[in-house]
Amino acid sequence: MPKSFTPQIVTANDLMLGDVIYLTEGGWSRRHGDALVARSASEAQEMLATAQAQALKIVGPYLADTVLDDAGRPAPVHFREAFRTRGPSNYDHGKQADLRSV
Amino acid sequence: MYQYTDFDEQFVRARVQEFRGQVERRISGALTEDEFKPLRLMNGLYLQLHAYMLRVAVPYGTLNGAQMRQLAYIADRWDKGYGHFTTRQNIQFNWPKLADVPDMLDALADVSMHAIQTSGNCIRNVTADHFAGAAADEIEDPRPTAELIRQWSTDHPEFAYLPRKFKVAVTGAPNDRAVTKAHDIGLRMIRRDGVPGYEVIVGGGLGRTPMIGKVLNDFLPREDLLPYLEAILAVYNQHGRRDNKYKARIKILIHEEGVETMRSRVDAEFARIKAEFDGVPQHVVERIRAGFLPPVWKEADIAPVRDPGLRSFIDTNTHTHKQADYTIVTISLKGIGETPGDATSDQMRVMADLAERFSHDELRVSHEQNVILPHVHKADLPAVYDALRAAGLATANIGLVSDIIACPGMDYCALATARSIPIAQEISEAFSDLDRQRDVGPLKIKISGCINACGHHHVAHIGILGLEKKGVESYQITLGGDGTENAAIGERLGPGFAADEIVPAVERLIAAYLDLRLTPQETFLEAYVRVGPAPFKAAAYDEVQANAA
Repeated sequence: MPKSFTPQIVTANDLMLGDVIYLTEGGWSRRHGDALVARSASEAQEMLATAQAQALKIVGPYLADTVLDDAGRPAPVHFREAFRTRGPSNYDHGKQADLRSV
Repeated sequence: MYQYTDFDEQFVRARVQEFRGQVERRISGALTEDEFKPLRLMNGLYLQLHAYMLRVAVPYGTLNGAQMRQLAYIADRWDKGYGHFTTRQNIQFNWPKLADVPDMLDALADVSMHAIQTSGNCIRNVTADHFAGAAADEIEDPRPTAELIRQWSTDHPEFAYLPRKFKVAVTGAPNDRAVTKAHDIGLRMIRRDGVPGYEVIVGGGLGRTPMIGKVLNDFLPREDLLPYLEAILAVYNQHGRRDNKYKARIKILIHEEGVETMRSRVDAEFARIKAEFDGVPQHVVERIRAGFLPPVWKEADIAPVRDPGLRSFIDTNTHTHKQADYTIVTISLKGIGETPGDATSDQMRVMADLAERFSHDELRVSHEQNVILPHVHKADLPAVYDALRAAGLATANIGLVSDIIACPGMDYCALATARSIPIAQEISEAFSDLDRQRDVGPLKIKISGCINACGHHHVAHIGILGLEKKGVESYQITLGGDGTENAAIGERLGPGFAADEIVPAVERLIAAYLDLRLTPQETFLEAYVRVGPAPFKAAAYDEVQANAA
């Protein structure tokens, strides 16, 4: 029986700022919840190829597993990806501080 | 301290200009990331978890006030107002923007600093005893040797693409504060029959395969240093493995082929090199030495210390100076609950001021992530202490439980498998009572967030290694490591602890030590060596098993 596909998102770092970013329908977002979700392996590869073609904007795109909440919004699976959504834990001046002002 | 020559200045400025062009080409798309990455790494620029990171070299950990003040300026102007002092005596800025980095490098060049060779498979920043030139037990100041090696190794064309990175440490004291036995090459300055030379130790290292270095040469005459180092590097360059990055360090070569084979190869290479390179011209050596002459010591009346806070500070944060009226002050960057090694720009400016006013304009960064004022007259201690206290820098905990080494871990580092900083902060909070810390006595806790061991956990009395296990952070404990001249690799205690279990486990280990020690003078490490791991293992795991039952 084929292994079931775990939904995935594409994440990378912004070329100029280094910020963690997520591929969305129309571009890139700093919020994990905005990420476009691949629901099949072929969709995931297409999304990754889309990201890789944007080398002037981003660095190091890769696929990360995600889970969908009740509203269908993606949330990180691995704790590393969870940390990437919010910045370092020792100071409140990473992504969490920047996003609060959005 | 060493002053840049015109050559040094032009070399560093040219590198900044070159990198400025490389950044522009990356932004324009003329360079791909694959092409740009090795170029940025050669200039100390990493891409970490949340942002870029610029690692700045602090050669052998020595800074002057102007340099520290410039680091504060860089932190404010282009970063988030702080810097992180590392276990290799460097400083890292965690939030630079790509387009700003050439300006940051130019600002560094303004004070004779750079970020060259802080990454890549080259000879990295040479480290040294952080009490160099000041400690009473010193045979000789190791910094002229470290500076000589820095000049020789910077941009050395033969050693720009070694099988793997290469780290050299130098100490001029028998009490090894530079962890020389855990470096690719460790140099111990010694004298034999009054003649100065080096004991050359090779093949030490931490990481996934920790090893204590072996003596390759028990007495190398001083004048042979560079030809001999060149021989070691040439042999490593030729025979070191390039097929597997995890087996590419010189320690693996020596482990696989034996130190005798290494010695015979190095001796043969040395004989060949020595015929055409017999060392450094004396005028070069003398010019370097002149940069490290001792300051002009002052005389002043020393008042009795009445302030109990200052008394405690002196007990823990000062070290015996070679001049009886002077002392070495260690500024703790380990305030209770703070991030080990971090200093705000304001704190950097305070340290710069204190260096200029009270320490002959000298500062040192220690591999233990603290900052040293190496030459403080005892008469000035009250003023230094008051200024440090006002800046939140007077924590009297050097060498105690909360003086923890911690790598950046998964809060910053892209290679990490778990966080280090929150564990260090929690341990520090758990032992926030300094009287309790003093009761426990000397204890070195070191935390790494992955197997690469930047937090030196292998040579800690209590080492903590953060790993991933079944999708969560897990922390392994090692006990009995030692980074001194009696270097030893810690022994793994047993299965790892969950993130919420590791600090209580450390508390139980320390409670067990307090029960086990024969006298208050017997240190944790001495007690461990005497009784072995069994009672510590029982203490660490009993409660976990009881909870699981």
